[in-house]
Amino acid sequence: MKLLSPVTARIVSYELRDVGRSRWLLAYAAFFLIVGDALLRFGGADKALLSLTSVTLFIVPLVALVFGTVFLDDAREFTELLLAQPVTRRQLYAGLYLGLTLPLVAAFVLGISVPFLVHGVGEPRLRVSLGVLLATGAALTFVFTALAFVVAAFVDDRLRRMGTAIALWLAAAVLYDGVVLVLAMMFADYPIERALLGLTLANPVDLARVILLLQFDVSALMGYTGAVFQQFFGGARGIAIASTALAFWVTLPVALGLRAFRKRDF
Amino acid sequence: MISICDLEKRYGAQRALRDVSVDVRRGSVTAVVGPNGAGKTTLIKSILGLVRPDSGAIRVDGTLVGDDCAYRARIGYMPQIARYPHNLSGRELLAMLTELRRAQSGGAPVPLDDELIDQLTLAGQLDKPLRALSGGTRQKVNAVAALLFKPDLLILDEPTAGLDPASSAVLKDRILAERNLGRTVIVTSHFMSELEELATDVVFLLEGTVRYAGPLDELLLRTRKANLGRAISHLMTEAAA
Repeated sequence: MKLLSPVTARIVSYELRDVGRSRWLLAYAAFFLIVGDALLRFGGADKALLSLTSVTLFIVPLVALVFGTVFLDDAREFTELLLAQPVTRRQLYAGLYLGLTLPLVAAFVLGISVPFLVHGVGEPRLRVSLGVLLATGAALTFVFTALAFVVAAFVDDRLRRMGTAIALWLAAAVLYDGVVLVLAMMFADYPIERALLGLTLANPVDLARVILLLQFDVSALMGYTGAVFQQFFGGARGIAIASTALAFWVTLPVALGLRAFRKRDF
Repeated sequence: MISICDLEKRYGAQRALRDVSVDVRRGSVTAVVGPNGAGKTTLIKSILGLVRPDSGAIRVDGTLVGDDCAYRARIGYMPQIARYPHNLSGRELLAMLTELRRAQSGGAPVPLDDELIDQLTLAGQLDKPLRALSGGTRQKVNAVAALLFKPDLLILDEPTAGLDPASSAVLKDRILAERNLGRTVIVTSHFMSELEELATDVVFLLEGTVRYAGPLDELLLRTRKANLGRAISHLMTEAAA
């Protein structure tokens, strides 16, 4: 595979060693551990999963963007050093991207799953739900660390870069669903379901929400876009379509990030 | 060894390099001099492919600098600022660079030269995390990394800034030794006396344009000055007039 050349694999393994020693990464895993443990102690696995879903949809994009931005700032001179070596930009990009994303995914997966392993998952149905939560959180991590690369390429100033990253998170994870709701109310008299579906597909956080909540079958928590999605596609088909779209969403920012990384000056 | 042709680079409205054309002879030590912001680092980084020029071409041994990275296997680069992944130790860093080169060359062994570690008395510092090292010590790690792979072309951006006098002398001796081995060196520095010890050729940049490019002795003859420092200030007043 071109993405994982021996050079890239080397870079990844060193980045893993470096990022793996970061205290923030430990804190990130510990956060999910503690929240998950508390939820399981004071409620059923059912409710715990649902709450963890909401937490995941907010926290994972935020941490991926912020941690990614800080990581890339810190890696600036290192990037320079490696680019002065016989290493192509594509190899280095793949190395940095995976070296950043894999530890975050690992921390997330461990943080979420360990409490369930300790307390027991319960019914088999919930086991599937847990798997979907882990996969969706991992996908969101892949999307938003790639977006951190895109932000890093387009915003030069360090402080503005962090501001842009946080604004991006706010827009995708918090404001988007609200804006969609307002639009839906404004155009309530028109047949806008298709447009709303389009809007859902355009935001990875909304997609993740739709996948998770269709999976749990709780439309009350779905947000407006989720409700429309279920109405339109129904459960299983909705999940399949949203998952495909989310997979596409992983590749788009990765490709954008690579493009920007190749043109950049260091 | 290096031919640079009509190089242009803008950062927004600022023109960092304007129509720069320079040839660097094999076996020369070329001092790139000029005031702050003259474009020295931009020029060096363009040769390394770190900075993408807007137009113009750079050839290193005939290879056009672009997406191909193989030519960098023969370059040792010492950047101006020494900042590395904070949690790695110096030894891990050098090992990583070695493994990267080995991976890139398809597993062939990479000949190493780590003499400088002893000469700079760096061995005791190499197991500490790089973040725990002083700026000068990190600069030494930088120097070791630049010379580790027996490069044909050595590119040094302010190599002695931050080094103590003894280490600076060690490094300068090493650069002279490289010169005697027929290696090519490109070096920037603000210490003219230091450059005069090392350089055979001079490239003088002012506001992104080349004001002089050629042998050092020719520059001294032309300006009728006794040393590089005075020759450069002569060129600067000439340019201002």
